Amino acid sequence: MTMLAVLKSPKFLRAALPGASFAVLLAAIFYVQPRAMSYFGLNLMLQYAVPIALATIAQMFIITVNDLDLSIGAFVGLTATIGATLVQTTPVLGALALLATVAAYGALGALVYWRNLPSIVVTLGMSFVWLGIAVMILPTPGGAAPGWIKAIMGLKTPWVPFPVVAALVIGIAVHVFLMMSSYGAVLRGAGGNPRAVDRAGWSLLKIKVIMYSAAGFFGVLSGLSLIGLTSAADAHIADRYTLYAIAGVILGGGEFVGGRVSPFGAVVGALTLTLTGSFLIFLKISPDWQIGAQGAVLIVVLALRALIKRREA
Amino acid sequence: MTSMIRRLTEKPWIWSYLGMTLVWLATTIYSGGTGSAQVITAALSFATFTVIVGIGQMFVITTGPGNVDLSIPSTISLAGVVAMKVMDGSDTLLAIGLVISLACGLAVGVFNYLLIRILRIPPIIATLSSSFLVLSTAIAYGRGLKIKPPELLAQFTTAQVLGLPILAIVVILFAIAMSILLHRTLYGRSVMAIGQNMRAARLAGIRVERVRFLTYTLSALLAALTGYLLAGFSGGASLNMGQEYLLASIAVVVIGGTSVAGGRANIPGIWGAAMFLFLLVTMLNTFGASAGIRLILTGVIIIAVITTAGGDEPQR
Repeated sequence: MTMLAVLKSPKFLRAALPGASFAVLLAAIFYVQPRAMSYFGLNLMLQYAVPIALATIAQMFIITVNDLDLSIGAFVGLTATIGATLVQTTPVLGALALLATVAAYGALGALVYWRNLPSIVVTLGMSFVWLGIAVMILPTPGGAAPGWIKAIMGLKTPWVPFPVVAALVIGIAVHVFLMMSSYGAVLRGAGGNPRAVDRAGWSLLKIKVIMYSAAGFFGVLSGLSLIGLTSAADAHIADRYTLYAIAGVILGGGEFVGGRVSPFGAVVGALTLTLTGSFLIFLKISPDWQIGAQGAVLIVVLALRALIKRREA
Repeated sequence: MTSMIRRLTEKPWIWSYLGMTLVWLATTIYSGGTGSAQVITAALSFATFTVIVGIGQMFVITTGPGNVDLSIPSTISLAGVVAMKVMDGSDTLLAIGLVISLACGLAVGVFNYLLIRILRIPPIIATLSSSFLVLSTAIAYGRGLKIKPPELLAQFTTAQVLGLPILAIVVILFAIAMSILLHRTLYGRSVMAIGQNMRAARLAGIRVERVRFLTYTLSALLAALTGYLLAGFSGGASLNMGQEYLLASIAVVVIGGTSVAGGRANIPGIWGAAMFLFLLVTMLNTFGASAGIRLILTGVIIIAVITTAGGDEPQR
């Protein structure tokens, strides 16, 4: 195959789409506001990329096994409140509480598998539970983020801003685990063809529990990294993350069913989503349109993908 | 007698009415009977809005796994905001306001379907992305909105006859009409056939795409209608007025006994479930539960119901 044929192949186009969307958006920002093209500018624009990327990865684990998590935003809100209260005052108790939330996520996976429940309904119900607990812990916005989390989130890495470095590290780590390990292939297979995985002797129950626990774990990281940036917490701090996380996975080239996901793409998708907000600010468009623009970006990328798919067929 | 009980317990909607009755009794006993009639009046009033969106969501969910309308809350807000601004408190513009809010719903429904059909996006993602756009439009259009609804609309949505809200009576009749639409018409039967097996439905000559188009449009239209009425009921529109109806619309469908896997639908259960959800919150309020406890219990009960109802068929 010639170089050009490779470049025009649907498979390549598909893989390149998330990165290309990000690059186009970044180029547009630099064109509108050349001063953004700096260490400081990038740092500012992508500040919230880390918590959003972590929540996106959490959602990706759930989507891999053909489920959908509508509670991740509320869950990140809960872990943020725990982080800004218990983790700050009594670290051991805080760590135990966070561990318990991860275990609860695993139990949720078991429940969904055991009773063959629709994940949308279960997680929608759970979003109320998470929010309720968070409101009980922290009825009004407040608390204080532990110093060490703030220190990590405020790191000044050389040359490349910390949010970019952190997002890349997260993407690569999860990519190695899910895409390159043999058990990762089994986990993804459970989304592609659960019956085949079951017949091959793997426990689907165990797979669901692992994937849901992984989602819980990354949800905890997202909440902690978020308070590292905001210093304080609020039960509603991450309500929008549910939508961001789904959008991030899809922008990153993930499919909704069939275990076809890309951790690296998901992180890039989260970065793209974060940039959309900054782009509007530079264009001096009212923040009213921020979520609308994110919806529009999502639709445009999905339209491009539909075009590529048509060529695949 | 026992056969009657058995026949009743086989009805999927019976549980929501049972739950509703139990919760109401608990509230009544706790409060010593004071205000127990008013509680029912209030429940009927508030449940009407949940019922209208719930019926739309039910048709969507019945068309099969993966079908759910997540744009309902933003459509409610958009329709409410636009209607209030157009009518600007004037009774003479009442009909125009209704037409315009329904037009908003129509636009959202058509847009949702186009995304699903042309871009081949899963309905959840399609309705989610469109809800971003719809909500943004509502925010941009309704900036600093504090317009009172027309007097007539406010009166109609809050009027009562012998303790029965007029709106609730209208919506009960509407639910009966929708029941007929579901069980006795070609459209309704097609919706259930598609939900049971889309391929078989297509092979049987059902125009699957047309039915799906109508279903997503119906859901958006009903959400818009809710926005219009709700704005009248609550003394004006607000941007987050639709927020709570995302969970509520799905919850009443599930609790009401409609199969989440599609193909089996049930309208009486939606009324029971909507009443149950409102009375549950009332009960917890009467018991003096904090906001946190209320949220937790609402979530736990929804999960308990879906766990008991279970999923016998593969879903999503």
